[in-house]
Amino acid sequence: MSQPTGAPEVSSLADLFAVAFQIEADAVERYEVLAAQMETHNNPDLAAIFRDLARAEAIHRDEIRRLAGDIDVVSRAREVAKWSRGESPEEVDLGAAHYMMTPRHALELALAGEQRALAFFQAAAASASDPQIKRMAEEFVEEEAEHVNLVHRLLAKYPPPSPSWSEDPDPPSSQG
Amino acid sequence: MSTAHERLACKPADYKSDIKPIWCPGCGDYHVLMSFTRAFAELGLPPEQIVVVSGIGCSSRIPAYTNCYGFHGVHGRSLALAAGLKVTRPDLTVVVASGDGDGYSIGGNHFLHACRRNVDMTYVVMDNRIYGMTKGQPSPTTEPEFDTALSPGGTGLRPFHPLVVALASGANFVARCFSGEPNETAAVLAEAIRHPGFSFVEILSPCVTFRPDERDWKSQVHQAPVGATSDPAKAARRIMTDDGFNIGILYRGDRRPYQPAVVQRHVELSELEKEFEL
Amino acid sequence: MGNSQSISIGFVGSGGAGALTAGNLLLEAASAAGWQGLLTRTVGPQIRGGEAAALLRLASHPVECMPEQFDVLIGIDWLNAHRFGAEIKIGHDSLLIGDPRGGAVPPHIAEAGAREVQIPMKDMAKAIPDGRANMIALGIACRLVRLERETCLALLEKRLSDKGEAAIKASQAGLIAGYDAAQDLDLSLRLAAPKRATRKWLVSGNDATALGAIRGGIRFAAAYPITPATEILEWLAPNLPKVGGVLLQAEDELAAINMIIGASYGGTPSLTATSGPGLSLMIESLGLATAAEIPIVVVDVMRGGPSTGIPTKSEQADLNIAVYGCHGDAPHLVVAPQSIGDCLFTTQWAVYLAEALQTPAIVLSDQFIGQARAAIEKPADVAFIGQRSRATDISAAGAYKRYAIAGSGVSPMVVPGTSGGQYTADGLTHTERGIPTSGASDHQAQLDKRRDKLVRFAYGDHWATLEGSGDLAVVTWGSLTGAVREAIGRAAQDGVEVSLIAPRLLFPAQPERFAAAIAGKSRLLVVEQSHGAQFYRYLRAHYDLPGRVDVLNRPGPMPIGVSEIHRAIMERRA
Repeated sequence: MSQPTGAPEVSSLADLFAVAFQIEADAVERYEVLAAQMETHNNPDLAAIFRDLARAEAIHRDEIRRLAGDIDVVSRAREVAKWSRGESPEEVDLGAAHYMMTPRHALELALAGEQRALAFFQAAAASASDPQIKRMAEEFVEEEAEHVNLVHRLLAKYPPPSPSWSEDPDPPSSQG
Repeated sequence: MSTAHERLACKPADYKSDIKPIWCPGCGDYHVLMSFTRAFAELGLPPEQIVVVSGIGCSSRIPAYTNCYGFHGVHGRSLALAAGLKVTRPDLTVVVASGDGDGYSIGGNHFLHACRRNVDMTYVVMDNRIYGMTKGQPSPTTEPEFDTALSPGGTGLRPFHPLVVALASGANFVARCFSGEPNETAAVLAEAIRHPGFSFVEILSPCVTFRPDERDWKSQVHQAPVGATSDPAKAARRIMTDDGFNIGILYRGDRRPYQPAVVQRHVELSELEKEFEL
Repeated sequence: MGNSQSISIGFVGSGGAGALTAGNLLLEAASAAGWQGLLTRTVGPQIRGGEAAALLRLASHPVECMPEQFDVLIGIDWLNAHRFGAEIKIGHDSLLIGDPRGGAVPPHIAEAGAREVQIPMKDMAKAIPDGRANMIALGIACRLVRLERETCLALLEKRLSDKGEAAIKASQAGLIAGYDAAQDLDLSLRLAAPKRATRKWLVSGNDATALGAIRGGIRFAAAYPITPATEILEWLAPNLPKVGGVLLQAEDELAAINMIIGASYGGTPSLTATSGPGLSLMIESLGLATAAEIPIVVVDVMRGGPSTGIPTKSEQADLNIAVYGCHGDAPHLVVAPQSIGDCLFTTQWAVYLAEALQTPAIVLSDQFIGQARAAIEKPADVAFIGQRSRATDISAAGAYKRYAIAGSGVSPMVVPGTSGGQYTADGLTHTERGIPTSGASDHQAQLDKRRDKLVRFAYGDHWATLEGSGDLAVVTWGSLTGAVREAIGRAAQDGVEVSLIAPRLLFPAQPERFAAAIAGKSRLLVVEQSHGAQFYRYLRAHYDLPGRVDVLNRPGPMPIGVSEIHRAIMERRA
């Protein structure tokens, strides 16, 4: 398994922590953007879900920072945790957002994000030659796999939305 | 210079304002805003040294969403406003944001002349091939068959080709980006800002409300097969014959930017009056 | 006949005859001798080779309007001169000088029955190597107004220095020949000697406008050519850089006004100059500058309208668009210069006001004062220099309110580059911070702010020219002020006291000051050059007027003359 083009290279344990930290930090920011969108567009249920997701990711982010100990993950991340193409794995697709989206849609986005993160750490673990990096990457794999399962369990609670979920009886309003 | 050094450590979030965008969820412009802030952070520019100038339209809402100085002016005239600003304040970084209606229709003439004038600024057009703010009328880049209330059955008109027009008019840097690739776009924007003279970056930015078909752009865009050329004829030929979804820097020219010399040693006002004296 | 108030002379000639050059040189020679004077030109529609006339009036006092008829008219030739029609009139007492080979005198000139003298200017010029008939004509004119021959020859040497010795000699020989040819001509008019030697300027209204702009602090101009305003821009182009400024040629007027808005937003006092068609294009962005509170100055050198109208002739018909042109409630400044010299002051004042009030100022000049050249006393230096209230010390990031509601209505303006002052200037209705809103209270508050800052400002006595006393007041504006003043002077000689009211500040209106100005007056005579009586309607809209108000109004291109105004005054005397 190899990383997609544009993903950062992980060549030290510090890099791995920094990238893992950044993945969660990006997720927080992305969910907050989506939560704000939903607030602006009067979809409070979804705003609440995205806020919850942001909070959960913030916990993960802070855990990684704690786990990294003396490593300054914030500065390190600014140096190495950059995706030149594509986005950071847990930056869920903003283009998939919709003002009438349902919790199911939000969870599907989250699932895709967790799966991308899982794939990222799997590739990192597979390609690592340093046993320390490999061991830590595998821990992140376990963690992300748990997140994937969690989202799957949540998804089971929400049946697929009706085909008419995006139907709006009112026309758009003119602003320009 | 200590503050400038401090500023080099700006994060993308430092370039965002506390104003929440009114763009529809799913709109490509959210990604463009992200690309702006990432490019600014990459360049390490102090937010107060950047001015984002715009006209009217969904895309033109972007200045207030940044933490930079901004000017949200009238429809179609942002390039002219930016030119006046930049020639009198060459110390500032000027970025102009526009859309396909604002930039290519009502502002079309200014586009030609801004390319020709080659003032050192970056022009970003978020092209969604529709007027979004007024509810879905065809723009100069809308496909001829696209059906709208204002053009039942389509306009039947051939779309405008902004990149080639920019080349023919003298733009010094031409690139095409896709909003859904914000990191790549940020890198191109940073390059465009660094490049001297008039840089033109067209960003394909889907309108999910009036052009839901544009969600498919994600799977249609691809890297340009070859890198940027400095030969405008070559660049034009490539752009004219590609499928419209080539992404990347397509042209990098070396024309000297236009910046009228500001004379440092001034004469006294009484000197100017001498021609009137007998 | 004794000393005359003034002498008026016209030179007429078709393409290549050099009538305009002769006129310019005569004005300069006369002013070198201490006279004051005014020179206007009238031309056909051709770019080159058209019929042209230079019309001068010389006096020992300031000259601010043209006579209704000319004392002397010199026709180098009369080709197509009939097209000038009523613009060039002579009287029974006038002297008409023609060339036997110059064609027939146009009927409207011939019918005056003036004394006609033939001087073979063309043949005399031919006898001189490289001689030109216009120098013969100039020599005749110099002799008629009793200018010293040496003064005139010295002037030619100075003016033609870059053309070489041969050209100077040829011109001087022509001038001498004309001077000698006119020595037996008897012109009974004789100008009073100039009162004292003073420092004189030779300047056009457009040049004076441009200088006033720089004096007021303008350091950026955007330019799109249009008749009759282009000379302002062409004067600024080489001169702005000398004081550290910049001029940019725009692709159209829409760009020009937006360029100056951008430059001013960046902190540089900025101006553009245009005429009616250009102002029409600028109107939307004028509203933007009003709403976003960006100081700019737009000079409109008015010409005949509507539409393309008469590009080369004067009219006062842009008052409505200047005051009311913007959509929405968009109060801004409108000022009008009253003479060529006043173009300097009024433009400088406009820069000062625009900067002080952070709003657009329109300067309503016109083709007559814009393109006329005058020999005048050197205008006084005045202290009006644009000073913008600046926000320089931003204490806390995000706390800066660009559109803060303050007592005067003027809120300190930050310049890009200032840390912590970031805001977005916006034409959308906005909050004090500049954030777009559609809320009623913010809309009202910002409309109030922008109105109040204009209303509360102390404009001082410059708001209007107020002269004389008397029960009857003539109310006029802009370039007609000079003609009205002269007509009032003539009425005074007839024993009729009349006062003059000429607002320099047209907007915001000054109801209290105007009421004071007309206190005790029972009749007004409004004089203006617009077909629709725009100024009269403006006065009606903004001021309480006394019981009897008459209007003398007419569109361009024919100026409203002193005699007409005098007649109107005399008909209305008590």
